[in-house]
Amino acid sequence: MNRIAGAFSSGKAFIPFVTGGDPDLETTERVLYALAGAGADAIEIGVPFSDPIAEGPVIEAASERALGAGCTVEKLFGLAARVRADIKAPLLFMTYYNPVFARGVSSFAARCAESGVDGLIVPDLPFEERDELLGPCVSEGVELISLIAPTSGDRIAGIAKSSGGFLYCVSSLGVTGERRELGNDARRMVERVRRVSDIPCAVGFGVSTPEQARAIAGFADGVIVGSAIVRIIAEHGRDCVGPVGRFAEEIKRAIS
Amino acid sequence: MEDGRFGIYGGQYVPETLMSAVGRLASSYLRWRGDPEFTRELEELLTRYAGRPSLLYRAGKMSADLGGAKIYLKREDLNHTGSHKINNVLGQALLAQKEGKTRLIAETGAGQHGVATATAAALLGMECEIFMGREDMERQSLNVYRMELLGARVNRVVSGTATLKDAVNAAMREWAGRVEDTHYCLGSVMGPHPFPVMVRDFQSVIGREVRAQMIEAEGRAPDAVIACVGGGSNAIGSFYEFIEDETVELIGCEAAGRGLDTPDNAAAIADGSVGIFHGMKSYFRQDAFGQIAPVYSISAGLDYPGVGPEHASLFDRGRARYAAVTDAEAVEAFEYLTRTEGIIPAIESAHAVAYAMKYAPSLGKEKIVVVTLSGRGDKDVAAIAKYRGVCVNE
Repeated sequence: MNRIAGAFSSGKAFIPFVTGGDPDLETTERVLYALAGAGADAIEIGVPFSDPIAEGPVIEAASERALGAGCTVEKLFGLAARVRADIKAPLLFMTYYNPVFARGVSSFAARCAESGVDGLIVPDLPFEERDELLGPCVSEGVELISLIAPTSGDRIAGIAKSSGGFLYCVSSLGVTGERRELGNDARRMVERVRRVSDIPCAVGFGVSTPEQARAIAGFADGVIVGSAIVRIIAEHGRDCVGPVGRFAEEIKRAIS
Repeated sequence: MEDGRFGIYGGQYVPETLMSAVGRLASSYLRWRGDPEFTRELEELLTRYAGRPSLLYRAGKMSADLGGAKIYLKREDLNHTGSHKINNVLGQALLAQKEGKTRLIAETGAGQHGVATATAAALLGMECEIFMGREDMERQSLNVYRMELLGARVNRVVSGTATLKDAVNAAMREWAGRVEDTHYCLGSVMGPHPFPVMVRDFQSVIGREVRAQMIEAEGRAPDAVIACVGGGSNAIGSFYEFIEDETVELIGCEAAGRGLDTPDNAAAIADGSVGIFHGMKSYFRQDAFGQIAPVYSISAGLDYPGVGPEHASLFDRGRARYAAVTDAEAVEAFEYLTRTEGIIPAIESAHAVAYAMKYAPSLGKEKIVVVTLSGRGDKDVAAIAKYRGVCVNE
């Protein structure tokens, strides 16, 4: 079983997200250990990008801070390789497509494999455009995670049937960020997937409280929490490790 | 090209939340563009509201002064709202209305596209929100108020470099959250399919008129067509009619800002590389890690890090060539055309004029060059004064 399949093999998966290099690389490293210690089943590391068009203000600001502090994707590969030996949970890079393309898709996939990055989530590379990256990912054993959204409609079946790893279900329209209420769109999406595939479904975008996480774990296989964690990091800066760890433990408890 | 590819360029690189919106837009555009009723209504708006056809003016004094090819100016500056932007906006607004949308959103750099969109929204009774970078709002405060007078709400974009690319980011985010009643009226031949095809089609009226008007005036097609390129909509609109006609030279003018030897330029073809951004594969100014570069031009309308995918393809195929024009050259051309012909061009269009000033004297007197004046320059007068160190009250 690869690491990603393993993440969904024992109960509901808790998948936290952090922007790599925010506020600096060293803090991100300590945050990764704290998240792993809190029971994260997979960890998403956001590669900061100049123009993150799928992000809300919280992650966009984190991206700007990280770039301002000199973070590069190469430094994040180095970070992944350093923590890989001690963190058993799969590591996923969430990156916009241009940084991948600029390096070269084959070289990027190979560097993922070499650094112990198990999967890629590329928010501006929809299913129909993924072929040029999929080939290199398959040959390097890196999972290319597909996303579905409430408006994906008839495309859901096709995406569900031919995607690897897990499906990233976008809870609602709009950009990433905390939402007070999550509608029923996510549940309906997961039900649609279930009809055609047994691929695990993790729900993200807007999940920020233990209660919301618990509700989602009631119907999905995993819960992705991003902006709420990034906001704690923004508030506490280098002293964020304790508060992030405690928040992660709360979420983990809520879905266990 | 119905799949949205121009060679390797174009595509639909957008977040999943936007895929159904761009998919639906592509199919509805394909349906309406062949519809005689739609074509007739748009034609009527263009002639009775926007003032088409625009003049093709023979710039006799300028031609004589430069002493080379005969220069004609395609006067898009004379359109209602003062630029070529209205051609595209009327098409998209009408399409959006046919599709039952009640709200238009748009990005704007110089404010010309924002003003055109706000105008179409007022005319067709639609709600309108414009996204504009903070920097551009300061550079073009009159246009901000103009949009508000037209009933639009102008949203200040403060993220990133607070210019045109950030306004596009903001508009895309807004659309991702509200696709049911909202049409994103993109202002150039960029972004995901179907925008590059659709905007080009709506702008191609420019080149069709040029051909007909040239034949009437000179009995033949021009030898060269010159237009400025930011995203590239007035250029594609001018070129498209002539792409198959290899005897017509096509020249796009990018903004070289403070010079190609400095980072302060916006010349995606001359000083960029292939990348993927804003929904399309094309040329972009970027760093070695694929981060989009902050760009600069005196012209807010050309201050964009990329170029439309069809231009990227025309460049690779060698069918069009692209020249880079600096701020200094553009300002000089702005002043020259104003003094010589009594026509104040938009600072964007002045980039094309500047290149014509260099190129026309190198050609024989029997040659004919058409320069597209994409917009009028009233909006730029204060900025030019500032550039020259003159203080004027706006």
